[in-house]
Amino acid sequence: MSGLVIITFLPIIAGCILALAPLPNDTVRKASLAVTLAILAISIPLMWNFGEAYRAVSPEVSEAANSPMPFVYETNVKWIETFNINFHIGVDGLSMPFVFLTAFLCPLCILASWGIGEKVRGYFALFLLLEGGMIGTFVALDLFLFYVFWELMLLPMYFLIGIWGGPRKEYAAIKFFLYTLFGSIFLFIAMLVLYWKTGTFSLVELPGHEGLGDLKWWVQIALFLGLYVAFAIKIPAFPFHTWLPDAHVEAPTAISVILAGILLKMGTYAIFRISFPIFPVATAWFCTPLAVLAVINIVYGALCAMAQTDFKKLVAYSSISHMGFVMLGMAVYKEEAMQGAVFQMFNHGCITAMLFLLVGVIYDRAHHRDLAGFGGLVKPMPLYGGYAAFAFFAALGLPGLSGFISESLVFLGAFQEQKLLACIGTLGILLGAAYMLWTYQRVFMGPVNEKYKDYKDMNKIEIASLLPLAVMVLVLGIFPFIFLDMLAPTVSNLLAHLHVGREEYEAMRTAAEQVAMNLHP
Amino acid sequence: MSPTLLFLSGLILLGAYCAYRLTTAGAKPSPSQWVTGIVLLGGLILDNLATGMATKGLLICLLPLLSFWILMFFGRNHLPSGGDWIAMIAIGLSLCLSYSIYHQAIGAYESGDEFFYHQSEGNIASFEWIAFTNPDTGERTPWKLGFWIDSLTAIMLMVVAGISFLVHLFSLGYMKGEENYSRYFGYLGIFSFSMLLLVLTDNLFVLYICWELVGVSSFLLIGFFINKDSAAAAAKKAFLTNRVGDLGFAIGLFIVYNNFHTFSIREIFDALANGAMADSPWTLTFMGLGLFCGAVGKSAQFPLHIWLPDAMEGPTPVSALIHAATMVAAGVYLVARLFPVFNDTAFLVIAYIGTFTAIMAATIAITQFDIKRVLAYSTLSQLGYMVAALGVGAYSAALFHLTTHAFFKALLFLCSGSVIHALHHEQDMRNMGGLAGKTKVTFITMLVGTLAISGVPFFSGFYSKDKILAGALEMGMINPHHAIIFIALLLAAGITAFYMFRLIFMTFTGKPRDRHAWEHAHEGPWTMQVPLVVLAILAICSGWTHLGLGGFFQERVVPWGTEAQVATHHADAPTLFTTAAFAQEEGTAVEEHSAHGEAHDEPVANAAAMHEEGHHDVQHTAHVVAMILSILVATSGIILSALTYWERIRVIDPAKCARAMGPVYDLVYNKYYVDEFYARTFYRGLEIVRNVLARFDLRIIDGIVNGAGRVTVFTSGKSGRFDLRVVDRIVDWIAEVCQHYGQRIRRVESGVIQDYALKVGGAFGTMVILWMIVRSFFIGA
Repeated sequence: MSGLVIITFLPIIAGCILALAPLPNDTVRKASLAVTLAILAISIPLMWNFGEAYRAVSPEVSEAANSPMPFVYETNVKWIETFNINFHIGVDGLSMPFVFLTAFLCPLCILASWGIGEKVRGYFALFLLLEGGMIGTFVALDLFLFYVFWELMLLPMYFLIGIWGGPRKEYAAIKFFLYTLFGSIFLFIAMLVLYWKTGTFSLVELPGHEGLGDLKWWVQIALFLGLYVAFAIKIPAFPFHTWLPDAHVEAPTAISVILAGILLKMGTYAIFRISFPIFPVATAWFCTPLAVLAVINIVYGALCAMAQTDFKKLVAYSSISHMGFVMLGMAVYKEEAMQGAVFQMFNHGCITAMLFLLVGVIYDRAHHRDLAGFGGLVKPMPLYGGYAAFAFFAALGLPGLSGFISESLVFLGAFQEQKLLACIGTLGILLGAAYMLWTYQRVFMGPVNEKYKDYKDMNKIEIASLLPLAVMVLVLGIFPFIFLDMLAPTVSNLLAHLHVGREEYEAMRTAAEQVAMNLHP
Repeated sequence: MSPTLLFLSGLILLGAYCAYRLTTAGAKPSPSQWVTGIVLLGGLILDNLATGMATKGLLICLLPLLSFWILMFFGRNHLPSGGDWIAMIAIGLSLCLSYSIYHQAIGAYESGDEFFYHQSEGNIASFEWIAFTNPDTGERTPWKLGFWIDSLTAIMLMVVAGISFLVHLFSLGYMKGEENYSRYFGYLGIFSFSMLLLVLTDNLFVLYICWELVGVSSFLLIGFFINKDSAAAAAKKAFLTNRVGDLGFAIGLFIVYNNFHTFSIREIFDALANGAMADSPWTLTFMGLGLFCGAVGKSAQFPLHIWLPDAMEGPTPVSALIHAATMVAAGVYLVARLFPVFNDTAFLVIAYIGTFTAIMAATIAITQFDIKRVLAYSTLSQLGYMVAALGVGAYSAALFHLTTHAFFKALLFLCSGSVIHALHHEQDMRNMGGLAGKTKVTFITMLVGTLAISGVPFFSGFYSKDKILAGALEMGMINPHHAIIFIALLLAAGITAFYMFRLIFMTFTGKPRDRHAWEHAHEGPWTMQVPLVVLAILAICSGWTHLGLGGFFQERVVPWGTEAQVATHHADAPTLFTTAAFAQEEGTAVEEHSAHGEAHDEPVANAAAMHEEGHHDVQHTAHVVAMILSILVATSGIILSALTYWERIRVIDPAKCARAMGPVYDLVYNKYYVDEFYARTFYRGLEIVRNVLARFDLRIIDGIVNGAGRVTVFTSGKSGRFDLRVVDRIVDWIAEVCQHYGQRIRRVESGVIQDYALKVGGAFGTMVILWMIVRSFFIGA
């Protein structure tokens, strides 16, 4: 049995067992930590060997455009034969990092959830179920299976926010749930149309399937837009982003981490995995609007973040801004940008996770998150101040830390295609620095707030949840090629496919222009 | 031969003095004192171990980084005396290795060899980083990171490591007993690392990384007194203002990458020399100006100069190291390193921005009372000088001034630190006075620094400033439109002499204005005095042509591409000129160059003509005239200052002058209201935009979402009632109708068997008849 199958089902099974077995709270905590650590342990060799394995199956550069996208660690079992639905999982350079990221973040989140006191069994069971859903979504290579996991993820999330959340938890949970479900409808419709045209759900066969050849261009675009809405909600892209601040503010710390660290990546991942390869022509049509939306996300998110007074809301809006970089990287047909986008997804996962964990640390002590209410926290909590400085600088794109590499790659690529948009986008870097430093100044610097002068510094569990992330951010900041080299073949395969679509689109446009010229000479 | 001797003897003197103090230091010398004494010896050993240039380069920058990590993790709790000795060892070794590179450079200079080192294949310093497909060749090409070591690097290494070492030493005394003492040295370590790597690297991307890292170390050190509001605000301001410049820098880098697909400085230069971008002068201009934006931010040029005066919130040794000598000079270094990238238009912008900053900051400095702020504005002004020098093409003069300025300005800052230390953190010059007798070493060394910065002959500043003025004059002579640059710079030189002596007179002469503080004033410990003496010696001699660095700069620190040709004299010529001269030498037609900027057709053509006629005459005249004029303005500045501020011979009352100037004085005193202007426009604008957007987000975007939710709830309510009232009513009605007719139809079921038989039979008969009719109808037809 392949490792991927194990890490997909282990958390789900473990979650079910936890839900049913009447264990004491402490055992539950330890058991779930053990499960998540086991998953991490399995995923490390998968990640380690991935680069080589993928290179072995990857086609020659010249052949890339005509051969199907390769995958590794595949398992393909018939599931519902009547409808040609298979249990088909596997990974490539787009999904492997996020499988690993999920496996990496979950134990840290378990640590961050150590203090959960009520309904402990339910919490951890749902959490494990969530992990299973997330990994499943990343490894699924069958659209139907993808949809199943996509929805499976939603359910535990709804309860985790709705039961263990803050004061407005019901509102936030329902908003999150309905909003995402609303998007899922489009995914569902697109899925049915694709099936009806081709008779398959396979994400390997669908790209370039001859059944799609006779699809009218406007149907392609309509389907693409539908899928975009479905995924944009998850990213979240302007103007579908408002569920995020609410969900973050109400969610418990660990769930915020998961939400920002993994769930947001699902949106961009799904665009990479589904929209781009299946509709390359529509992608070419949509890339400029996508770049515009990306820049709006960057600047708008940063400006909104600057206006927030709630620590968590600020981080939530900063996520919106940072996901804009990912979108910008996706929107241009450049190797640098696209690698940068995937790298940025990973880095944002680590960095925002740190930020939310840090907010959690102070919230556990002060029971509020009002930025104006702190001040001078470095003095009573120097270690906390140090970690916060690290995370804040990582978030504002400090060179030497991983976020900088991905952002600059995105911009280096984007500038080659969209000069003006890239220049406007750089404003996001400035604004990012502005709100991050302003926040740091308000919370950590300045005179010590008397109320908090006796606070204890971070404890061992809190450090244990932050340190691995910090190390990851630092190491990838100095040696980004560890990650990028693994990613490169997948990105160039994808780009080869996209370039074909783009040429087709250009040809169509030229033809249309010719027609227009003939009509109005 | 001689500069080597000078440095060596300096080091030996320093070592001897350290040893002397160690033997007489009393009962228990601290580890840091031991280290200071031994470290220079250790350096010599290491120098022998690390033979390769690459190894040296790596060690130079990595040692301080190591010290940073050690101090951050173990400094406070686990190391004796806060681990300051680790920082001392690291920077001391870096200094020794830097010295050995410098030694090689000087050796090459003396023997007439070329001194240039660049990465080569398989070298440990050549590192293949991330790789991308080059669209031009279609090959996967990695970004190569390595070192670029030439005369300029050698001298910058010496300046950075040397001053850093002295500042470390000074800090041992100055920062003693501060909270977070070891973290302070950690920060100095990360700064030294990034600054040293910045001057070593051959890759623009790495340079940008270091650029930001020095920015962060500056942030950390300005905000070192983290619980002080003003320090926190100043730190943030410094970082953000720098980021504004860095945006321009970043865009410049995007253009570089877009055009060359590499960040290797050498490859960029090669491509440019091969005529890349020759047909896109505007792109080249934008690229140059973008890169210069970075320099504007870091070197605090107008309009981004506002952060530097505020940066004085940091500890004074930091101001000396980062905000006077090294980091702020990084902008100048950047422009110098990328000299071939700029075209005439860019150079003109550079020249004017530098000139404007020089004169603006100088005027502000006259009116300030905080001793460190006076020095800060003076730094601004001097940086403006260097930038202007680069703009007019006085390449080696700019870097020469960078070096001498680094020495005398670091000296001045450390002296002011010593004064502040003596007066227990008093910084207002109105409360000082009469300190000359109390703190003799500080007074004498500060006087030396002041003489140097004022441009008094035989002090280093004189030589470098004179060269800059000569360069500006030369350009003015060739191209009279731009003569204003020379006039403004000359004026700034006079003002500099004036306000610097104002500082000296107010601080050290006259009666003490704060008697209590004066009585307690005392000279700092030896660790604070040694750096002052060393820097004072450097501030005097580093400018001398033979004993100092004058000749070295003249002949060796020249723009890339000219070193091999030894076009030393042209290197100093004004740009709008230099470029033309070089173009000729490289066999490129002058016309091509003038096509770069239509507007500067004339000067370039002019320049070429002048060059042929006798460039040397112009240069010679310019030198002599500039020298005489600069001595004149410096003297008059000093005399005027003495007449105003020296109580013994005072004839002018400064307060009266200020009143007489009225609004002009207010304008200058308030730094031309630039800060206020930014506050009213950018900050306020940003505030409004962000609040409007946040409200828009909450009310409109989220409003729509919640509205959609509400509409759904509303419609579901309505549809519920519709369901109840209409749909359900219809169902009920149908039921009623059915019931009604059912009742009627029920009567058919009489329960009598004969009745049923009759009905069935009748129905059957009717059907048969009907069937037959239909059948005959179809078949018959």
